[in-house]
Amino acid sequence: MPITPVVAEGLRRTFAGVDVLAGVDLVVEGGECVALLGANGAGKTTLLRVLATLLRPSAGRLRLFGEDAALRPAAVLRKIGYVGHESSCYGDLTATENLDFFAELYGLGDARRRVAELVEWTGLGVAARRPVRTFSRGMTQRLALARALLHRPELLLLDEPFNGLDPHATAMLEALLAELRRAGHAIVLSTHDVPRAAALATRIVMLHRGRIDWDGVAGESAGVAIAARFDTLMTRRV
Amino acid sequence: MHAALIILRKDLRIEWRTRESVSSLVTLGILLLVVFTVAHDPTPEEAVRLAPSVLWATFVFTGLLGVQRSFLLERDQDCLAGLLLAPIDPAAIYVGKLLANLVLLGTMQAIVVPLVALLLHVDFSAVLPGLLVVLSMGNLGFAASATLFAAIAVRTRAREVLLPLLLLPLSLPVLIAGVKATQAVLAGGLAAAGDALGVLGAFDVIFTVAGWLLFTYVVQD
Repeated sequence: MPITPVVAEGLRRTFAGVDVLAGVDLVVEGGECVALLGANGAGKTTLLRVLATLLRPSAGRLRLFGEDAALRPAAVLRKIGYVGHESSCYGDLTATENLDFFAELYGLGDARRRVAELVEWTGLGVAARRPVRTFSRGMTQRLALARALLHRPELLLLDEPFNGLDPHATAMLEALLAELRRAGHAIVLSTHDVPRAAALATRIVMLHRGRIDWDGVAGESAGVAIAARFDTLMTRRV
Repeated sequence: MHAALIILRKDLRIEWRTRESVSSLVTLGILLLVVFTVAHDPTPEEAVRLAPSVLWATFVFTGLLGVQRSFLLERDQDCLAGLLLAPIDPAAIYVGKLLANLVLLGTMQAIVVPLVALLLHVDFSAVLPGLLVVLSMGNLGFAASATLFAAIAVRTRAREVLLPLLLLPLSLPVLIAGVKATQAVLAGGLAAAGDALGVLGAFDVIFTVAGWLLFTYVVQD
């Protein structure tokens, strides 16, 4: 029986006395693509960073692939791919050098082939041999995605992954996420793009002031209802 | 240890490409040396007494700058998150950064020590092996504490102010012991520096072990 990638119970996270996450319960199964929607400051980024084990929850329990996330076991970290607001790539290294570096840290056996495969996927071409600091926002984002995919993670955590991507790269990422989901990978992504979330995800989770306000099935047919619900949520923030 | 070496190689590659840290450290080192030596204008006898304090004051101030820069590299683009997500012991990140800082300090000293000899007319050649022992032990103690505190400071808004505030008081034992050990080596050889080397050794062990154990808690929010 497959192990559930994410089981979060009562996750809280406080910054300077403010509850950014105020008790989140979330279960994500393999093959699910969960889109997190919410206004700025709703807690999407904090939730993703907690799920990635980059932030310790102030309270609550988080189990990733059946293991206690607080212990950050290496076997669990190997299964997580995370893209945040920044690329986590070194500006003075080339794209290829960045990927080689992380491939070595992950101890990938087929590092050279995997890096070549992902450089091709990013479409960076000869630019992959240029320092990353010379890249545009979109190129950097494609590299960040490649870095997160390098070790073939079973759980992908993506914070606004479509930001800065051109239409071609967006289509490529959508196709890849659909393929990964069909292969049984779990995906949690945050976005402000409601129609895209409804079309791409299998489930929508709306956050409001650090709590889950709505959790429902996504899909093109549910798009209108989700948009209406999201509009209601946005008016409530005032 | 393998992960630490991968991180060391990455840091050295970036430094080799940009030469940002070495160039700023050497510039600051030369400036400090010129100020110290010109301000004192010592006689040959005074120069031998002055050399250890000039050396160590220069090392501490330039070292502070170098260690701070090494963590800014990880802060930029949230590269530290990339390291923390890798399936490695966070202590390996500490060791990798510590080794990179030691290489940086050693490179800077390889330039500064001959300059001190030149500007103060002090002959280090006869005591060079002993001096290398003292410098190596001092470097380890300073880099071990500085690497740990730089990891703390880099996550704060007042990082430029916080690192010297945290580090300088705690580095006083290594600074004093370093000066005393260097004085003893210049006066009578390594055997005369026993007590000061003992302090340096204790400082090395305490801060290397503390850094190894605490780094995980320091870098995680």
